[in-house]
Formats: sequence, structure tokens, C-alpha cells
Amino acid sequence: MPVEIDIEHVARLARLALTPEELERFREQLGVILEHAERVTEVAAEAVPATAHPIPMANVFRPDEPRDGLGRDEALANAPDREGDFFKVPPIVEEPE
Amino acid sequence: MTAYETVIGLECHVELSTKTKMFCSCRNEFGAEPNTLVCPICLGHPGTLPVPNERAVEHTITIGLALGSEIAPTSLFHRKNYFYPDMPKNYQISQYDLPLCVGGALEVEVDGEPRRVGITRVHLEEDTGKTTHAGATGRIAGADYALEDFNRAGVPLVEVVSEPDLRSPAEARAYLVALRGLLRSLGVSDVKMEEGSLRCDANVSVRPEGHEELGTKVEIKNMNSIRSVERALAFEAERQRAALDAGETLVQETRHWDEDQGETSSMRSKEEAFDYRYFPDPDLSPLEPEAERVDRLRSELPELPAARRARLESELGVPAAQAAQVVEQGWDRFLREAVAAGADAKGAANWMTGDLAALLNEAGIELGQAKVSPKHLADLVRLVADGTISTAGAKQVLAEMFASGADAEAVVEERGLAQISDESALGAIVDEVIADNPDPVEQFRGGKEGVIGFLVGQVMQRSKGAANPQEAQRLLRERLAR
Amino acid sequence: MTELCDLTGHELAGKLRAGEVSAVDGVESSLSRIEATEPSLHAFLARSADLAREQARAVDDRLAAGDDLPPVAGIPLALKDVLTTRGITTTCGSRILETYVPPYDSTVWARLREAGSVLVGKTNCDEFAMGSSNENSAFGPVHNAWDLDRVPGGSSGGSAAAVAAGQAVWALGTDTGGSVRQPAALSGVVGMKPTYGRPSRYGLIAFASSLDTVSTFTRDVRDAATLLSAIVGHDPLDATSIQRPAEDYTEGLEQGVDGLRIGVLRDWLGEGVEPGVRDRVEEAIQRLEGLGAKIGEATLPHADYALSAYYLIAPAECSSNLARYDGVRYGHRAEGANVVEMMMRTRGEGFGDEVKRRIMLGTYALSAGYYEAYYGQAQKVRTLVLRDFEAAWQEFDLLLSPTSPTVAFPLGAKADDPLAMYLSDVYTIPANLAGVPAVSVPCGLDDQGLPVGLQLMGRALDEATVLRAAYAFEQDLGFDARPPLLEGIAS
Ligand SMILES: [Mg+2]
Ligand SMILES: [Zn+2]
Repeated sequence: MPVEIDIEHVARLARLALTPEELERFREQLGVILEHAERVTEVAAEAVPATAHPIPMANVFRPDEPRDGLGRDEALANAPDREGDFFKVPPIVEEPE
Repeated sequence: MTAYETVIGLECHVELSTKTKMFCSCRNEFGAEPNTLVCPICLGHPGTLPVPNERAVEHTITIGLALGSEIAPTSLFHRKNYFYPDMPKNYQISQYDLPLCVGGALEVEVDGEPRRVGITRVHLEEDTGKTTHAGATGRIAGADYALEDFNRAGVPLVEVVSEPDLRSPAEARAYLVALRGLLRSLGVSDVKMEEGSLRCDANVSVRPEGHEELGTKVEIKNMNSIRSVERALAFEAERQRAALDAGETLVQETRHWDEDQGETSSMRSKEEAFDYRYFPDPDLSPLEPEAERVDRLRSELPELPAARRARLESELGVPAAQAAQVVEQGWDRFLREAVAAGADAKGAANWMTGDLAALLNEAGIELGQAKVSPKHLADLVRLVADGTISTAGAKQVLAEMFASGADAEAVVEERGLAQISDESALGAIVDEVIADNPDPVEQFRGGKEGVIGFLVGQVMQRSKGAANPQEAQRLLRERLAR
Repeated sequence: MTELCDLTGHELAGKLRAGEVSAVDGVESSLSRIEATEPSLHAFLARSADLAREQARAVDDRLAAGDDLPPVAGIPLALKDVLTTRGITTTCGSRILETYVPPYDSTVWARLREAGSVLVGKTNCDEFAMGSSNENSAFGPVHNAWDLDRVPGGSSGGSAAAVAAGQAVWALGTDTGGSVRQPAALSGVVGMKPTYGRPSRYGLIAFASSLDTVSTFTRDVRDAATLLSAIVGHDPLDATSIQRPAEDYTEGLEQGVDGLRIGVLRDWLGEGVEPGVRDRVEEAIQRLEGLGAKIGEATLPHADYALSAYYLIAPAECSSNLARYDGVRYGHRAEGANVVEMMMRTRGEGFGDEVKRRIMLGTYALSAGYYEAYYGQAQKVRTLVLRDFEAAWQEFDLLLSPTSPTVAFPLGAKADDPLAMYLSDVYTIPANLAGVPAVSVPCGLDDQGLPVGLQLMGRALDEATVLRAAYAFEQDLGFDARPPLLEGIAS
């Protein structure tokens, strides 16, 4: 059975503005894909550790030595909008986390 | 009326004073021009990758060791996913269920009584950039647009979470003072609340006294000084008590502290509950602090504040309150050097925590940047002790030394601040005062002992403050007794 | 007639060193092939003719001065447009990055550039490398050089087509679930995916971080060894980069397969595999046996679940990796009354359907209440797949299978059925989950004249054995068919 998901909630979490047509199409498609993906739950794997990386490593570090970054102009070169030396964005209506 | 108990837990964010950011080699500095301390990595450009700063990891372990935490054998960086324009990747690299340091406690002194405040965890993450809300009000509500500066984005940030062990705003203050002193003594952070290198959120609830179960928890944000933490907590605890007394139900929420209004207010309710979708960052591998590394960091731990305070008290006889302040500010070495240069410890500590602290505060500098040396201070204390200068004169000498870096003796000389103790010079002034004040003199002779103070004052006035007051009083008594 | 751009890299390098031709000649040959075939193929999103000529001249100058140059010097190269190139627009085949000019070079390109490699352009691909047909490019599909009505495979379809048609002598792509091996198979070229972490991912615009691997397209196996050798080796800018220096994979290439134990994944030659594919692969098995390889039957028991696990892990990572495209610092921005609206519209307009599907799939799989069941469980399945490989290596040195169950399919055939498209990667995904090296080498044409690819997988960091077997097979087969498209091009 296709999985039922709250597509509007997911689209909002993912910050995607979607049309009603898109919402409906994606709801159906994701339901089918998830039904297939859910097969992973059939595998008995309680005692199996998770693999995050195929080649395990640990303690990979960088020395605390400064290097020059981008110049201000290069940093702002791709900015869709700027004011002075700042990136400019529309007003924020929500407090941060 | 029900009596309530306040329950407080604090979450402190501490910016580490490393040379570079957490995951890139940009300089970690405060106060640079906007967007000048950035690179493709901390701007979240496509294709860039984080590589952890080894020193930041070690600083975090050091903090954990100083708090008596257990250093986790395996620890992970997770991604905390949420969208905000000052967060370049729209996720924060943070730690979740496997922080670097677990448990521990901080020794705190409240009204001279020691208290142990439990530490839940200490973890490492990256800071966000800085948003300026531009337009009419400068606040979030009603702003026309926002400006982003990413210099701070990616600065290493340590989060220290306390247990809900604090029972009053005063205890919260004591905790913050102790934490700040500890971090300063470890040399891992500037811990300046005004520059944002120490930030604090609080969880507050109240419960009827004697109850085990915790009340509804409210989180308070936007407190920018230790004083504002104390004020905000006092306001919030009172608000909760009043609400409960009025029969209202409290809601679990986040509230914003308004420094100017002196009150907390509910933050706009979110359109969605936060769902951070934590998962292990696939760009990073686990941290597995090796025993040798942890042992080395432990052996490098400096003497911790509690021990330093105790030693100042026992070895030098510095009073507890002053010892605490000296240690909190990290001034022990200066004090010990002043003592080595001949100063009386009590006197030196008194000058440091009083006038010198005020001068530093006024100038907005650290002791290390000041022109006054331990030798200067030692000279000052000695000159007061041997009666060469009065306390009033000493204040002037200190101010001048602070301003110019001149020697104490040179200032005394130049300004003519040496006290007149010489019997012939002082005797002439005393004789004048006796001759010019017949009525008070009669009263004193008639047994009105208190009048002597007035007469000494007259001597001081005539000598323009240069007279040694003890010597003046001795001479007055001697001559009036004849 | 064979032109310089039809030579392999090692052949062209030989002529350069012998002074028979110049690097500029080689580049001009590639550039004119691009002019001639690009209207049919649409393999490129950006061309860098001026830069290529400049780099070629520099190589010629150094050759004239008698410098000893690396084997990649002067050879025309194409880069998939998910690899950053400083100053050259890098779009990932997406509207959201249509105007993005990276301020830095990817490590693999920096190494090749240093070594004298000559960049002719950035190749078309499925948007953010998500797809198996190249039809998900925001800038239009790539056509298969063997049949212009068919897909070249994906997501690195542009690189595959470019190498198949001689537009570049070789190219880099990225392989996350088969995105180099599958298009290599469908386009009749060699696609080599090394061990995860062997080439740096710095500057590889992330799709799924724990799977993405820079990989090569070449016209023969020796070139794969040569090009791969130039890009591997530890990179301090990538914390998942394996801490080993580069190695020269051309050494030992000719040692043959005598005595090598090759396990055939029989389960992958049954139902669902096109007969033309099955026939060529069966012949390949016999050929290898004839060359002295010891053939046995192998299984990867959890491979059936690998695809499901992949379609949870890759979207989960992608949903987070692609969060940064928000219209604040670079790329497309839509209007919005407030920042949330701006971000939502930017992303709604900027991303195509497949990217949106995967972002939502991943967002869902990571969200509260589903993490353990989906992402957590998928990572456990990944462990089981790794253990399957470990068990197989007890018996075998290599595992063999078709690269793809089908040959190149017609454009549009699977466009409306995402799940059917996902199944194209069913044989390539296990090597990504396990991080092991794998190659797709041409093993002939089916009866429609479309290329078939043979996949060989090896132990982690044992690229040498994978390449050595592929080389022995290739030399013995002598596959020399050329895409019909090229027959019409008079030089
Ligand atoms: Mg935090
Ligand atoms: Zn940076």
C-alpha cells in the first residue's frame, strides 16, 4: 500500500512553495516510492550497527592556523541582493531557533 | 498563599578564542568589517566541506575536564536542520545524542555558602552569522529588511548545559560568575557577554514548595548581561507565581526578555513546531578522544578558581570577597607580583578590587593592557602604609599612574602629595587653628570630645589635604591638654 | 577517419611527446568535434574554448622547453557541471545555480589544471546529479551518440556522450548510485568509480555526501588508470578523504587475469535483464574464463534491500545538502514579502521535479517519528550490504555483473515513472553503499547496435585489480565499434 504522507507539512519543512497540482502529484509519487523504500523495515537488523560511512575514520582534524579567505568583493560577488557590505534579505518574521 | 520554589537551568553558549573558525581557516576575530572574515566554506558555497579545528575540540575537552565531565569515548557531529538566513548551510553542525563531554558539576558560591550545580553536558558546535533588522524599529517586528554579516558564521561555540539545580536568580548569577571565571582561567574564551562571546538562555519553572514534580518550563532568550539574566529570571519567576495564584495555566513556551521594558514576552508562535531532523553529518567522522590526548589536556589544566581563591585566602590573608573578585578577573598573578614587590596583600587586593577596577572599567580595558604594574601598586600601598601619603592622596597617585604610567614616588613629588608629618610645620598650622577657633576649643576643653574631628578637619583644610590626620590629632590633643 | 580527438589520452600523449602533433592541434580537433556534434548531443552546458586554447599553448611551450609533463598534460578534458571551476559558471544542471560563478576550484580540477590538463567545457547532467537518464537537466536532455532518440544514461550523461563522440578525450563525472558506470555502459565507454574517499569531494557539489565519488569516463581502461591516478590522493580539505598518497594505477595493468577469482552475481542475470545485455555478459564471463580467471557464483544476499536503503539515505542527505540554496548568498532568488516566502518561492521555482521529490523524500525520512524506521534502518541495511561484500571477498577477488539491466532507453520512456527510473541503478548502487571500486567496461553491442556494459567490482582500495581485469578483458575483446553519429562527420 502506498504510504500516506502530509505533503504540505513536508513541503513547508523543506521550504518548497508548490502548486496544488504539484502537491497532489508528489503526494502520490512519494507514496509509491516510500512503499518500496519501506522494504528496509522488513530486514531484521536490531543488533546491527549503523554504517554512516563505507570507509570508517576518526579524529580527522585541521590545525588552528589562519588562512586568508575571500576578499569582501569576491564574498559578495554572487549575492542576489546587497546593501553596502552586507547581504540583503527581505524582512524576517520569525525569531531564530 | 502558596509558597513557591523557583527551578532554573541555564544553557550557556561560549565562543572559543581559537585563531580560526570551527570548520574553516578563516580568522576568528571580533569587530572586523562585515563579510571580510569569510571564505567559500563558512559562506556555505556549493561543494565546500567542513574540517574540524583540532584546538576547538581540545578546548571543549579542557572545559569538560575542568567541570569534571566524562569525556565521551566516541562523539559525533550532527546536523541540526532549520532555515534561517544567517545560517549559511541552513543547518548547524552541532552535537546531539553523543556530545563530547557528559555530566560534571560547577562549584558555586552563594552568599558565602558553597553549592554544587550539576552539568548535563558540554558540546561543540558552530556559531551563526549576524542579522541586523533594518528599518523603522531596528527590532524584528516591523523591520523593512534584514542585513547579513557572516564574519561570525562558523566560529566555534561550546554549549554548557546545567541541570535544573538553581533555585533563585541570585544563584543563577553566581553560577554565571563562576562559569565565566572558570572559562577565563582556562584561557579558552574571552567570555565577554557584551561582545556575545558568552550568551545564555534560561529555563525557568516554579512549583509549590515541597513538590517533587517540576512545573511548566519556560525558556527565556535575549539576555545580554549577567545583570539582565538576574532581572529576567526574577521577573519571570514572579510572573509565573502570579499566574498560578490567579488560577491560570502556564504554557511551555519561549519568551523574549526586553531589557528596556524589564519584562519577558511570548515570542510569536511558530507556524510549525520545530523539527530539526538531526542526523550524523556525513561530511565528518567520529571524534574518539585518545587517552593520551585527554591525559595531556588534564595535565595542562591550570589551577581552578576554587583552589586559587582558597590559596589567596590562606597564603596571603586576602578576604574572601576580594579573593573571589581577584580570581574571577584572573588577577591573581598581578596580586602575587605586587606582594612580591613589597605590598601588603590585603591592601593591594583592596586597591585592585576598588579604585583600580573602577579605573579599568571606565577606560574599558583589561588589567594586562593597563600602564600600572605590580611594582607601581606595591609602591602605592607602601606609601600609604608608612604614612607618606593619605588615602585621598593615594587615589590621585593611582589615577595619575594609571593615566601616564609614572612611578608613585615621582607623582607624589610632582604633585606635592606628601603628608605633612613634620612637627614644626604641622605645629604651626595646629597653632593657627587653635587661635582661630576659640569656641570649639572651649567646647573640647569642656569635655566635648567630638569636636576634635572638626579641628582636625580645619587642619586638613588649611594644609590643602597634605597634613597627616593622625599626626594632626596628636598635636592638637597635646597642645589643648597643656 | 580518425581525428586527434578520437585518439585515447595515452595515444595523444605519445604523439605530443614525439612532437608529431601539438596540444593546440589536439584541442582544435576536440573543439571542432564539439561544433559538429553539439547540436545533436547537447552534452555541454558551458564551453571554455579560450581557456582550452590558452592551456594548450602553455603545454606546447613547456614541451618545447623540454619539460617532463604529467601524462594528462595537453589532453582535452570535460568536467561534469557539478565540479566547481573558479570563474566558470557551475550550474549542476539547475535553474537555481544558473548564474553561479564559484570563487574556488574543486580539488580534482585544481590537480588536473596543475598537471596541464586542458578544459574544453562543463557537461550537462541531471539536476544536482539526481537521475539516470539526463532528462532531469533544467537545460534540456543529452542525446545518446549511438541513437539520438535515446538517453545517454545519467546523471553524468553529458560527460558520457562527450567522450563517446570525441568532444573530449576524457571526462570526469560523479557516481553516487551509478551515475558514471550506468551512462558509461549506455554510451559505450569506460566508466571507473574508485573507492569512496579516494578522490577528494572538495568542490564536488554534494548530492549525497556519504556516497558521492568523483569518477572517470575514458575510451579505454589504460586511460581510466591514467586519469584516475591524476586525481586521487589525500586532500586536507575533505575530512572523509582517505589518508593515503596518490598511486599510479597504470603499473601492473598488463598482468592479466590468470588465477584471479571472479564471482558472478547470477541473481543479476535473470529476470528483468534484457536478453541482449544477458548475452553479452555471458560471453564476457566465458572470455574471462578463457583468459585464465577462476569463475564462480557469488551472491550479495541483501542487495535486494540496497535499492530501498539507497532511496532513503541519498534523499535524506540531499534534503540537508540542498538546504543552502535559499536565495541569500548566491544563485536564483524569487521575490517574497518576507524571508520565508522568498526562500520557499526561490526553491519552488529553482528546483525541478526530481530534486523536489528527493528533498521531500529525505525531509520526510529524517523527520520526527520516522528517523529510526527509515534513515536509521537504512544505515543498518548498509552495514548488512557491507558484510555481504566482506563475505564475498573471502572467496573472490572481483564480483561481476551487468552494469545496467537495459541498454539505452528512448527519451521519455521512464520520465513519468520515478520508481522505474530508480530501478535502472539496481546493479550499481551496492558498490556505492559499500564504497568499493567498480568499473563499467564495454562488452559489445546488442542486436539493435546499442552498447552493453560489464561491471567489475573489487575490494576497497583495490582499484588495481579492478582495472587490471578490465584491461585484460578489453584487450582481448577488441571492442572498436564507433557511434553511428561519427560516421556522418567528415573531417
Ligand atoms: Mg546550541
Ligand atoms: Zn571561512
